[in-house]
Amino acid sequence: MKDIEFTLNGKKVHSAADPLKRLLDVLRDDFTETGVKEGCGEGECGACSVLMDGKLVNSCMVPIGAAEGCDIVTPEGLRETEKGKVIIESFADSGAVQCGFCTPGMMMAADALLEENSNPSEEEIREALSGNLCRCTGYDLIVKGVKDSATRGKKLW
Amino acid sequence: MSNKISTAVRRVDAVEKASGRARYISDYEFKGLLYARVLRSEKPRAKITGISKPDFPEGYYYIDGKDIPSEGRNNIQMIKDDWHVFAEGEVRYIGETIALVVGPDKEKVLQLLSEIRVSYKEEEPAYTIAEGLACKGGPLFGDDNIYGEYNLVKGNPEEAFKNAVKVVEGTYKTGFQEHLYMEPQGMVGTWEEGKLTIYASAQCPFYIRKSVAGVIGVDEKNIRIKQVTTGGAFGGKEHFPDVIATPLAVAVHKLKQPVELVFDRIEDISFTCKRHPSEITIKTALDKNNTILGMDIDTRINGGGYESSTLIVLQRALLHGLGVYNIPNAHVRGRAVATNTFPSDAYRGFGAPQGLFAIELHMSQVAREAGMLPADFKRKYFIKTGDMTVTNTTMKDVVKLEEMFKAADDMSDYSRKVKEYEHDPLKGIGISFVNHGGGFTGNGEQEIIKSVVKMKRTGEKKAALYVSNVEMGQGLQTVLRKIAAQELGLDYTDIDYDNPDTDIVPDSGPTVASRSTMVVGYLIQECAKKLKTRWDEGIGTETEHHYVHPPGLVWNQDTLQGDAYPSYGWGLNVVEVEMDPVTFEIKTTGIWTVFDVGIPMDDTIMAGQVSGGVIQALGYASMEKCEVLDGRFRQHTMADYVIPTSVDFPEVKNVFIENPYAYGPSGAKGAGELVFDAAAPAYADAVQQLTGRNIYEIPVTPEMVMGALK
Ligand code: FES
Ligand code: FES
Repeated sequence: MKDIEFTLNGKKVHSAADPLKRLLDVLRDDFTETGVKEGCGEGECGACSVLMDGKLVNSCMVPIGAAEGCDIVTPEGLRETEKGKVIIESFADSGAVQCGFCTPGMMMAADALLEENSNPSEEEIREALSGNLCRCTGYDLIVKGVKDSATRGKKLW
Repeated sequence: MSNKISTAVRRVDAVEKASGRARYISDYEFKGLLYARVLRSEKPRAKITGISKPDFPEGYYYIDGKDIPSEGRNNIQMIKDDWHVFAEGEVRYIGETIALVVGPDKEKVLQLLSEIRVSYKEEEPAYTIAEGLACKGGPLFGDDNIYGEYNLVKGNPEEAFKNAVKVVEGTYKTGFQEHLYMEPQGMVGTWEEGKLTIYASAQCPFYIRKSVAGVIGVDEKNIRIKQVTTGGAFGGKEHFPDVIATPLAVAVHKLKQPVELVFDRIEDISFTCKRHPSEITIKTALDKNNTILGMDIDTRINGGGYESSTLIVLQRALLHGLGVYNIPNAHVRGRAVATNTFPSDAYRGFGAPQGLFAIELHMSQVAREAGMLPADFKRKYFIKTGDMTVTNTTMKDVVKLEEMFKAADDMSDYSRKVKEYEHDPLKGIGISFVNHGGGFTGNGEQEIIKSVVKMKRTGEKKAALYVSNVEMGQGLQTVLRKIAAQELGLDYTDIDYDNPDTDIVPDSGPTVASRSTMVVGYLIQECAKKLKTRWDEGIGTETEHHYVHPPGLVWNQDTLQGDAYPSYGWGLNVVEVEMDPVTFEIKTTGIWTVFDVGIPMDDTIMAGQVSGGVIQALGYASMEKCEVLDGRFRQHTMADYVIPTSVDFPEVKNVFIENPYAYGPSGAKGAGELVFDAAAPAYADAVQQLTGRNIYEIPVTPEMVMGALK
């Protein structure tokens, strides 16, 4: 079986995993990217969110075979970037983080939104986060965190 | 006007969590880790007549009750110890643990599990409260299926009903609710330096230690529990972790190797405890002026297959049964019913939300019978300082409900809208008033928990605090640091506070019952004061502080009479809704809340508690349907057990009314559960106004609305 080749947080990597193995498991088990969380394993919660060629995807729904040649960014990758740092700081100051289990995924969703729309309205933020579930916050302070990211990171996105 | 302690700080755990660096139980690596899966009962009520197993290859194990050491016992010591670690010849609900299958390869473990055949002699199950009360299939508990019954009597309710000109009656029903913490249940057991050690996503490390010690048959000191970063709990990780930890401990004790037992989501929704379903019948006796003479409240909750903590939940439901009202004569009766559903257990509010839902909705309905608007009517009965409570003592809190109503009215324009919407077929606005007793019921803190906290000077300008209470999202690691720092004149980041490890911290009690800030925070405040006076003794100086019950409170646990709680948090919610005339879909257009939590410990953390609690309760009220079909939860995936998303509800607009409590740190009271209590009845009240029909049940689905309008 041929290795699957993809870019992970800017580095070329290979995976010898079964092409049907979930991208989520490959990232967590084989690359110890544990910022990617499993909340449901059925595409409902967004805790496993990563960027795949710049698009927000649920990594539990992607077989690693489909990642061949793709550019994958995880929370571990995003947190090292200027944009990631702005989101993390904004989330921390807004009170967007409680138990934190949804938060790395929320950060990915926030970045994906801001790439498309660097000055989103509250409604647009709520829409963009609607695939990421949070049971702790009731979302208000996460929405605030995203708004705050847009303000602080004006020139970044 | 804000208190210094209320000024928001950045949470100590925020950056670590947001960046994905925080490690939850499944993020740890253990050398030589084995995986465990649970062999579960497929029948709701049956005798086990045989179990046939495939051959287990080397390194794979079948662990069951026979592996419990002879000094131990097959009972889990929760509040009651009736729940078995492994089923003993019979099963009482679907999903009951029969055995564990353990081995190094996950797939192989699953394959072995699928090849095990359990044969049963089935008996007729009872699922609902009515079936339980009718002892369908013969009694499951005692001779009447009633785990426990209580009767609270205030004044002379019989006389009140004799004198009644009119009686208004309603039966209010709430369903199961799943916690749906985003991180499923899980733990890893290891054998470290000759000691059984468990790493757990949990609220109560010392509860787990006690349960495990009893099952293994050793002194509690020989068991070590380490809490790891916990991805939400809401009561779901209060007692239930004992049901995971005990069979896991038996496996680790036998194998002396690390074993992981982590649930996937479907397993978690299907086979963990839920909020107790309730059916509460309320009758109100009115005189000719529509003044309330008395009430009769009959509460039934579904306890499921084992009692565990059900009676304490029932007590809380009853103690909150009259809500925030001074009703002169009342009989509040409660029964907890045994059935063959998955045992119900703790969930944020612990019975109070059920009791409060019923009384609030009922009071709105009585108001309309009396020709009054709900708030006008309810306000006439607000309990005041010095009034008699349902447990026949005086209300000792300073009650600020009127001030709170005024604040809510200013924010929401409730009084104008409620009149206007009387004639609007597409709009409604609802209001509810609640209180929530902080800390353990009665003298539980004094008699059972007996908390101890410890502090230590660890550096020039550094100190550490040692408690068994956990951060599970609510912000405790930040709040307790703030309390200690304020006393010591340090910055909150100069205080260390690790996830509790039972080998290191004293037992300051479980992280439950809205007690952590109010009770443990107060102990920390007092402990820090002591440390301050001894600061000059140098680095390494330690101080301890033990719980002392606030003066002037009396309680009789046998009769449930006296001061049920040391203090109450108070709350009020206003919810505004609109209906789509074509789909009958209800949209929430406004949420306003006012809470009295004493002094808020941190404005941002508290705002997060409010939004989170209120939205969770609106999920309970409007969408979180969880039915039992043939003994299984019908909604068992995240796709069909639906919780609120970011687009389902608008922003929660909140204000706090300050009302310092003398025995809370800087005046704080409990808050974590209070914020859940009021939204469901406010939502249902809004839908009542919109439809012009009484609502008796949540979740209020579009089908129900359609039915009501036909
Ligand atoms: S784990 Fe992938 S969406 Fe929930
Ligand atoms: S912070 Fe706990 S699920 Fe979002």
